Amino acid sequence: MTVFEKPKSLTDAVMHYCPGCTHGIVHRLVAEAIDELGIEGRTIGIAPVGCSVMNYDYFTVDMVQAAHGRAPAVATGVKRANPGNIVFTYQGDGDLAAIGTAETVHAAARGENITIIFINNAIYGMTGGQMAPTTLPEQVTQTSPYGRKVEQAGYPIRISEMLATLDGPAYIERVSVDSVKNVRNAKKAILKAFRTQIEGKGFSLVEVLSACPTNWGLTPGKALEWLRDNMIPYYPLGVFKDKEAAK
Amino acid sequence: MSEKVLMKGNEALAEAAIMAGCRHYFGYPITPQTEIAAYMSKRLPQVGGTFLQAESEISAINMVIGVSAAGKRVMTSSSSPGVSLKSEGLSYLAGCDLPALVVNVQRGGPGLGGIQPSQSDYFQATRSGGHGDFRKIVLAPASVQEMVSLTFKGFDLADKYRMTVMILTDGILGQMMEPVSLDMGEVRQYDKPWAVTGTQCKRPHNVVNSLFLQPDKLEQMNFERFARYAAIEEDEVMSEEYLTEDAEVCVVAYGAAARISKNAIVAARAEGIKVGMIRPVTLWPFPKRLLRSMAEKVKAFVTVELSMGQMIEDVELATRCMRPVLLCNRTGGMVMTPDEIFRKIIQANEIGGAE
Repeated sequence: MTVFEKPKSLTDAVMHYCPGCTHGIVHRLVAEAIDELGIEGRTIGIAPVGCSVMNYDYFTVDMVQAAHGRAPAVATGVKRANPGNIVFTYQGDGDLAAIGTAETVHAAARGENITIIFINNAIYGMTGGQMAPTTLPEQVTQTSPYGRKVEQAGYPIRISEMLATLDGPAYIERVSVDSVKNVRNAKKAILKAFRTQIEGKGFSLVEVLSACPTNWGLTPGKALEWLRDNMIPYYPLGVFKDKEAAK
Repeated sequence: MSEKVLMKGNEALAEAAIMAGCRHYFGYPITPQTEIAAYMSKRLPQVGGTFLQAESEISAINMVIGVSAAGKRVMTSSSSPGVSLKSEGLSYLAGCDLPALVVNVQRGGPGLGGIQPSQSDYFQATRSGGHGDFRKIVLAPASVQEMVSLTFKGFDLADKYRMTVMILTDGILGQMMEPVSLDMGEVRQYDKPWAVTGTQCKRPHNVVNSLFLQPDKLEQMNFERFARYAAIEEDEVMSEEYLTEDAEVCVVAYGAAARISKNAIVAARAEGIKVGMIRPVTLWPFPKRLLRSMAEKVKAFVTVELSMGQMIEDVELATRCMRPVLLCNRTGGMVMTPDEIFRKIIQANEIGGAE
């Protein structure tokens, strides 16, 4: 009996991610959710700019690669063209919370019936570890070599809390993939986000606290510890918006 | 032929888009093209379409990308400063080989400029107007009827060649009312096997993408795209010739400037000056061959433009500077009178004659 296999919605392509990077885990969770919901044939994914730019090679569903930050606008077009499709974007923190802030906020405000998987690892990965909008105070990056000084560089943005103030979104939750228990919770949240869209309830976003060992300068194990000790206190896990539960 | 109806240029263009099968419009308010958005917001829901006012020009063009990737006809419209914001999306449309119709109802610039009619985005329109090696087909209507026919044609060309077609017009044509026929005939349908509509688990996934990290692959993509452009330059050039048969002076003008030029040409003819006009309808592909052959026959050219002189460079290139090319221009939203063009025609006739 097979007890563990690759999700159908993942291709056989070898992923290019660094050792200890959690993109692979989140890709798998997304693919498992698509499989379990039986929506592989009608799902369209929107790839971002950033480390996961080439995820169009990893998912078996139809994919569009968007300009930096524009994935929610592209997703809006795809969804409006064929409302029967299930449309998700997969975006990092630079893409979603800096260059694409307007697209993110307004897709949420419109209650656009799409799902966003938001990878928050507090750094720009692909370009080599620059300060992100979600970089923590005092965190050292290539462009905050003395640590992020809030007097000069401002404060990190808590996207889930910010978007939860809007009336548009149906479901917003922040999860983490630093432990087995949290990975299981992340899976549940991603499933719920897709289900929210399938049921036509509107905008859903799952923020996934993720590790970037390479650019954090830590081993994979230490990176998960750093995430747990530093990111979770600043970015508390939990449901920030659930229109269904509020009823 | 159907009856003619009296319509404003911007509204006629919008109705033509709907007749061409466009059911999705995304835009952002900017003068002087707002009638297009207003018309679409009223009409599209009546025909089961989607009108969405985007949060920015950037978002609007990316929504266009989404609909186009999904295989449907789609458009956006704007005016000069807004088109600059769309330039990122125009580059991605080209890199992804996606069809789209983009309308620029030009106003004076640079910067915020003014809101009066202008033709000063010629360079931006005909030189890609975004990063990377690419072209757009650029159509320049000179009447409300052409606002209709070129919109209809534009959607067809966009699908046929999988690229952006830009309608480059101005506030004069956008705001002007003229009688038009909306009978454009059959809409040709194109197969779009590349579109992202869901695999239905029956085919390999489609990927709409402009990222090619291997330089040899990217070069190949650009070679293939430019082979398509070469076919367009061969097959899709459109222009109007006006009294060119015996012309010794040739006016070159497009859009609103061409209409004003006709008055000046009639006046000059009355004075016995043999002057005619070539009006490019496609600004890209530019009617190079026609201008080159005209250069064999005439003494001089006069380009008439509502800019500091942009198309004049294409005229000089096309004619290899064989004949003098004079410029008659106003800019910033100012419009020349027929008399100003008339005087330039006289000057061209004398300069040419002195050679």
